[in-house]
Amino acid sequence: MSTLVFLEHHGSQIQRGALGVLGKAAQLDPDTSGVVIGSGVADAAAQAGKFGAKNVYVADDAALEAPLPQPRVDVIAQLVQDKGFDTVLFGASVLASDTAAGLASRLDAGLNWDLTDLEGSGAGLIGKRSALGDSIVVDCGWSSPIKIGLVRAGSFDPNESGGDAAVESIPANVEDFSTKATMVDQTKEESSGPSIDEADILVTGGRGLGSPENFSILEELAAALGGAVASTRAVVDSGWYPYPTQIGQTGKVVSPKLYIGAGVSGAIQHKVGMQSSLTIVSINKDANAPIFEFSDFGVVGDLNTIVPQLTELVKARKG
Amino acid sequence: MKIAVCVKEVPDPSPNRRIDPDTKRMDRSGDRSLNQYDLNAIEQGLRLKEANGDGEVVLVSMGSAKALDSIRKGLGMGADRAVLVADDAAAGSDMVATAKVLAAALSAESPDLVLFGQQATDGDGAVLWAAVADKLRMPVISQIAELDIAGGTATAKRQTEFGYDTIAAPLPAVLAVADSINEPRYPSLKGIMGAKKKPQDVKSLADVGVDASSAGEAGSRTTVSALSPPASRGETIKIEDEGDGAQKILDFLVERKLV
Repeated sequence: MSTLVFLEHHGSQIQRGALGVLGKAAQLDPDTSGVVIGSGVADAAAQAGKFGAKNVYVADDAALEAPLPQPRVDVIAQLVQDKGFDTVLFGASVLASDTAAGLASRLDAGLNWDLTDLEGSGAGLIGKRSALGDSIVVDCGWSSPIKIGLVRAGSFDPNESGGDAAVESIPANVEDFSTKATMVDQTKEESSGPSIDEADILVTGGRGLGSPENFSILEELAAALGGAVASTRAVVDSGWYPYPTQIGQTGKVVSPKLYIGAGVSGAIQHKVGMQSSLTIVSINKDANAPIFEFSDFGVVGDLNTIVPQLTELVKARKG
Repeated sequence: MKIAVCVKEVPDPSPNRRIDPDTKRMDRSGDRSLNQYDLNAIEQGLRLKEANGDGEVVLVSMGSAKALDSIRKGLGMGADRAVLVADDAAAGSDMVATAKVLAAALSAESPDLVLFGQQATDGDGAVLWAAVADKLRMPVISQIAELDIAGGTATAKRQTEFGYDTIAAPLPAVLAVADSINEPRYPSLKGIMGAKKKPQDVKSLADVGVDASSAGEAGSRTTVSALSPPASRGETIKIEDEGDGAQKILDFLVERKLV
């Protein structure tokens, strides 16, 4: 019984979601290792021991630089077979999801996705998954010798336990078809501030803002709280705010410590992307807005007055 | 250019959707329709064919024989024909088993391009393309917001957690499109009438060369052991703003140690 966690990196940093999964995996299975795949990733790999990895395997090769899934499938499949891992876990992302599914196909292994919790280990591993718009929780298991799981973003916080990992280089042998897709260009997100997946506090604007200019009052509140601004599909479709900030079924699934919705109605498509937020506060002038049903604290009122007032109060409190 | 579009019939999104507590499978007995995100993939296939001046758009699916009723919507939009793998032994297939069946059906078609929509609305799956691409040994690009096909190469722009990637891949390739890529057309009345006459091949697992042990529950590698209701959020507080709404929010945030 042993578990491998895919440690996705961006630049020299292992992603928070991956470190969270690593911490949870190490709790369930002390024999948990991580794998870092990229180019010039030695520094990133060295961080992983502190977060629970017993061993860190590193495939470092110029051919692995671009964050594309198929070469990663090749490397992980070989590692799993060489070292006999029975469980491979991923923190969900664009890259991790495609890598996990390719790996499941390659190893004829079961893949359960959108897991919000894990219990047991080895043959007894169970993944908890919210289904049908989070209206039911499904206990997912595996019938294959190798089990693959994709964990919903934000489900686990990293746990810095202060250990040291043994770092081992592994080969970067890739299949011909895996290198056919190539990265032509990568551009950074235009919006400033933390990515909405990583932020602990999200201030979200919906169509109830009334105009794109009103996002400025949300940006001020987010800055005062130390959070990021997010949006709904309606707002993105209207061209008011960029798609990378969109929460929901067709955007990102987030679970920040604090979600503040301003002018967000709480349509199902949005709800499934944010309802696992730890605390939900909403401001809406429509007392019947569905978001009040799943808010911890709701204020029926005009966001144009309440949001700027709240920003000033937060600033005053923080000094 | 031959374009295969993978599509799926799903239960209608409604509050009545349920998982059967006995079989622990999706209850598919109610109203069903074509997965809405597949419409973007069909639309993109039709646009590529139209831009190319000739070619064929083939819908490829796995489901019950009745799924043709839903798949015909894609034919009504303009797809040329449909291939449906319908076999009792395929019922209950999980992602890996579905990938085996679809890859076999796709291999028989030898398409230049395999298109997927961004997710299925029933299982919320958004990974099947990567498994199918691995089986077909083709390059894969997912979450595509802009797509250009020229000189036998697909160039795609897609959004990730960090910004935008532009990725190129030679054909044949597996491409999964986001719903932001286009606005699907509605089937015209003429299209709907003509759809019934378009070729609709219903195939068994044996027809596509898949052993029954590789599909359905026998071919699946995941299980569902229990179903339970989600945890309740607890008490919900709702107040009217009487000039002190902001202060009350702050008090609440302080109480929860969020400020």
